[in-house]
Amino acid sequence: MNLTLRIWRQRTPEDAGAMTTYEVGGISEDMSFLEMLDQLNEELILAGDEPVAFDHDCREGICGACGMVINGRAHGPERTTTCQLHMRHFSDGDTIDVEPWRAAAFPVVKDLVVDRSAFDRVIGSGGYVSVPTGSAPEAHATPVPKPVADLAFEHAECIGCGACVAACPNGSAMLFTSAKVVHLNLLPQGAPERESRVLGMVEAMDDQGFGGCTNTGECATACPKGIPLSSIATMNREYLRASLKGGTRRR
Amino acid sequence: MDCDRPSVCAMALATRTDRPPSLIGSVWRSTVGKKAVMAVTGLVMLAYLVAHMLGNLKVFFGAGEFNHYGHWIRTIGEPFLHHMWFLWLTRAALTASVVLHGVAAYQLSRRDLAARPVKYRRTRQRASYATRTMRWGGVILALFIVWHILDLTTLTVNPNAQEGRLYENLVASFGRWYVAVFYIAAMLALGLHIRHGFWSAAQTLGANSPRRDRVLKAAANGLAALLTCGFIAVPLGVMTGVVS
Amino acid sequence: MTEYTRYTTGEPLADTKAPGGPIAERWDRRRFEAKLVNPANRRKHTVIVVGTGLAGGAAGATLAEQGYHVVQFCYQDSPRRAHSIAAQGGINAAKNYRNDGDSVHRLFYDTVKGGDFRARESNVHRLAQVSVEIIDQCVAQGVPFAREYGGLLDTRSFGGVQVSRTFYARGQTGQQLLLGAYQALSRQIDAGTVEMHARTEMLDLIVVDGRARGIVARDLVTGRIDTYFADAVVLATGGYGNVFYLSTNAKNSNATAAWRAHRRGAYFANPCFTQIHPTCIPRSGDHQSKLTLMSESLRNDGRIWVPKAKGDTRPPAEIPEDERDYYLERIYPSFGNLVPRDIASRAAKNVCDEGRGVGPGGQGVYLDFADAIARMGRKAVEARYGNLFEMYERITAEDPYEVPMRIYPAIHYTMGGLWVDYDLQTTVPGLFAIGEANFSDHGANRLGASALMQGLADGYFVLPSTINDYLARHPHKEVPDEHPAATEAVAGVRERLGRLLAADGDRTPDSFHRELGELLWDECGMARTDAGLRKALDRIPELREEFWRRIKVPGTGEELNQSLEKANRIVDYLELAELMCLDALHRTESCGGHFREESQTADGEAARKDEEFAYTAAWEFTGTGSAPVLHKEDLHFEYVHPTQRSYQ
Repeated sequence: MNLTLRIWRQRTPEDAGAMTTYEVGGISEDMSFLEMLDQLNEELILAGDEPVAFDHDCREGICGACGMVINGRAHGPERTTTCQLHMRHFSDGDTIDVEPWRAAAFPVVKDLVVDRSAFDRVIGSGGYVSVPTGSAPEAHATPVPKPVADLAFEHAECIGCGACVAACPNGSAMLFTSAKVVHLNLLPQGAPERESRVLGMVEAMDDQGFGGCTNTGECATACPKGIPLSSIATMNREYLRASLKGGTRRR
Repeated sequence: MDCDRPSVCAMALATRTDRPPSLIGSVWRSTVGKKAVMAVTGLVMLAYLVAHMLGNLKVFFGAGEFNHYGHWIRTIGEPFLHHMWFLWLTRAALTASVVLHGVAAYQLSRRDLAARPVKYRRTRQRASYATRTMRWGGVILALFIVWHILDLTTLTVNPNAQEGRLYENLVASFGRWYVAVFYIAAMLALGLHIRHGFWSAAQTLGANSPRRDRVLKAAANGLAALLTCGFIAVPLGVMTGVVS
Repeated sequence: MTEYTRYTTGEPLADTKAPGGPIAERWDRRRFEAKLVNPANRRKHTVIVVGTGLAGGAAGATLAEQGYHVVQFCYQDSPRRAHSIAAQGGINAAKNYRNDGDSVHRLFYDTVKGGDFRARESNVHRLAQVSVEIIDQCVAQGVPFAREYGGLLDTRSFGGVQVSRTFYARGQTGQQLLLGAYQALSRQIDAGTVEMHARTEMLDLIVVDGRARGIVARDLVTGRIDTYFADAVVLATGGYGNVFYLSTNAKNSNATAAWRAHRRGAYFANPCFTQIHPTCIPRSGDHQSKLTLMSESLRNDGRIWVPKAKGDTRPPAEIPEDERDYYLERIYPSFGNLVPRDIASRAAKNVCDEGRGVGPGGQGVYLDFADAIARMGRKAVEARYGNLFEMYERITAEDPYEVPMRIYPAIHYTMGGLWVDYDLQTTVPGLFAIGEANFSDHGANRLGASALMQGLADGYFVLPSTINDYLARHPHKEVPDEHPAATEAVAGVRERLGRLLAADGDRTPDSFHRELGELLWDECGMARTDAGLRKALDRIPELREEFWRRIKVPGTGEELNQSLEKANRIVDYLELAELMCLDALHRTESCGGHFREESQTADGEAARKDEEFAYTAAWEFTGTGSAPVLHKEDLHFEYVHPTQRSYQ
């Protein structure tokens, strides 16, 4: 199939950037969206142009590196990551808009590449269990009911791709943050740091310049891993509970 | 302890002297806490509106009963409370709620807009109309409240403006079609605001869960419809001549 | 054909670190004999860790907890994205929670045997011992392993073993374990004990007075090339499967760090030991950029077949039962569809080579669930494999409930890597290699669910114990920035990048990578022959020459330039590929993942030659295109005696 692509090109973080139009032909419907961009890039290189920069790595939907807004939707029309989106969901002659994640906390590095290190700082401010290597008790010392373990797992599935932030009209990281808070706060292993974790992570989230939540639900709709919106409600509860208990932040 | 490692000592000291942050500080400073303030104040106003709406409906029983109801409100709590004290307490609580709700909304909105400075070239609306109109709906409601107080509380802009004659003041006000239409429009905005706001408050206060989600959404819709219909009934009554 | 005398044999190599005595006591003895660093002195030591996968992430976090100053690197935008995250199946541990006869010794035995007797016994035994602690550690970190209704951990069994010792978190065990390590690392980064450099790629090793003292790294965003110095350098940079272009590795996984270390004196061991996974989704065309693995568990209920006739292009449903060849069940009646990975892969290749393959290009075989659905019902099949079927359908747009899946083998893991001793130290003092980057524990073939175990064992427990000994034994004078070794390394990196940018030819980096990959897959893939390997060895230097003549890299070096990154990695692949073929050529036996067609039993199975090849081949670099030196480390089997595998 033949397609018209309008892609955001921005050479440096300081550049203004603009949408640039490209025509690509001979696209197979079995190609992934990234393979379609690979083909475009091969053509650009041979034509003496600069290829489009985009983040990608595992290309099987788990590392969370890839992500672009395709026709106004984070990761495109299917509920999956960009690398697992296939060209059969488009038709011959389509015009496709490709833009980077847009959020103040995710500045554009180049073209479709954004800086998501704010996520790492949110995790660093409480998204862990403090258990130095070697000090762990026997694994079966604390049984965890299966439904609790399963629920924790569902929240632990987050791949940190940032689609929730990209889709949110407020550039909010509530779904990302809540997924980790809920995962760890549900488990008995995470209980001792329950209050400091949620207080610390919410504070870091605010510090990083993410917006607040207006409960539009766009994040959960865009999430390729299906982290539920209820995750945010649970984090809110944890936060208010920790505030009422006068829990201390770590820092 | 091993004080050769300054980082360790500093950390330990920090932990020991770190006083828990004040509740108010912790709540007001964070987006999550501020949003909770909006939820609580919103629910306070919502509770008030339910009572207000039910009281309004007394208008259909005639001037005597309605004006008597208006008088009773001023005497609630007597003799324990002085005359009008209950009313003033309510007004104080409501004013605080409106101000907190509004200031929090303003501050959060500014923050949210700053957090997403660049729009997408192609956007597509997935959130409901009620969700997308919270900000402007809120502004309309704020303006409405100001006018509503000037019209029926302080009677500044009321054409009848007789202290204690609630019924007559009301009929006189709604006698002007454009006032009735403005009122109805504001009540529709109120309905939309509550439709998203009630569910959103539950979410914000952590009362939502996958199991409760449907019930809460239904309750939000029900409350929105009830309040809108209940409030709109009065100007419609005046316009159709049922109340005169 | 040229006669291959392109290598020389050097001094034999021996591991001097593993203590003697009963194997179960060696690890304890080693830990006791090792020198320790006073806790107060640890912050004075800097350790560089390259890579943030299971091994690197775990090591960085643990060393920082111990008090060392850690400087860590990853090429990804976040340490959470290392490719360990894609591991699906599970992690082995000798917990014996099932009371099914498992033990440390049995895990040790299974691993040595599974590796076709090409691993070092002491290392493997330690791995089995440590496996138990890994589970405890990960559970305490909040890794949400699958549990049973009683609240205890669930396990399942995995290929090639008879006990149920694999712990798992649905099909995302690697992700969950990696996030556990990443969170521990994040805690240290936040505390300031780990200095994290994301989007920064190591491009050379700095060796001062014979010891590894730092690295040269490029900031992938600004293009800035910097030197970083330390008292020891740990490489946790994963395997080199991407040399094949199409593999299940992440697109950017690469061999550059390991190869640069090799060029600086670290021996590279058993490079021809690569593992091929039988159940991957076949390529759909020339555009294919990578291959996706599907859990081997599918072979528990699916039946593998191809048409009996060559070139049969009928849709599978129209091929009657008696015209199908369920070849695994036919050739291996007792194990059937559950034969080990290497055997299943080779059988698939054979039927495709006969012209009986299915799908585009005839590079695939059917994995059919029709019988399973008829037997258990669609619901039961869905419960077991629902997510895999969904993944398959997303990629191929075919519904596996209706049409048989198509599968084909793909490169998945590399057992070879930098040679290390019992302390995980390479032949360059002060340079350590952990996880898939080293060659150590899997011999010629890795068992399922053992990669995660080894990565975490090395990172959490082994390296943090053994590195103390090195740090405590040597004084570490500060290396000045302008030390000749550093300036020489930086100049080399700049020169190379400059050459790539200046070439301005007419071929893209990917086109070379693809060509190299195809050559390797054909000649050094599932089955290798003397003639084929010689052909590849003749072709690779030509390709290397053509690469430098025709490569085209747009842009500059002072910005984010993904083409430059790719091209720079291909330079190293072009050298590594040659060593792989040479290693494969010199090892005229078949063992594990290395199958030489000349060395097979009467019924077509891999035939080992223990008298000749019971050694680890560690190669010493002597220059690009010049003959490397082979150092043999003889393997001694005191506890597990070599036998021939049979699955018929």
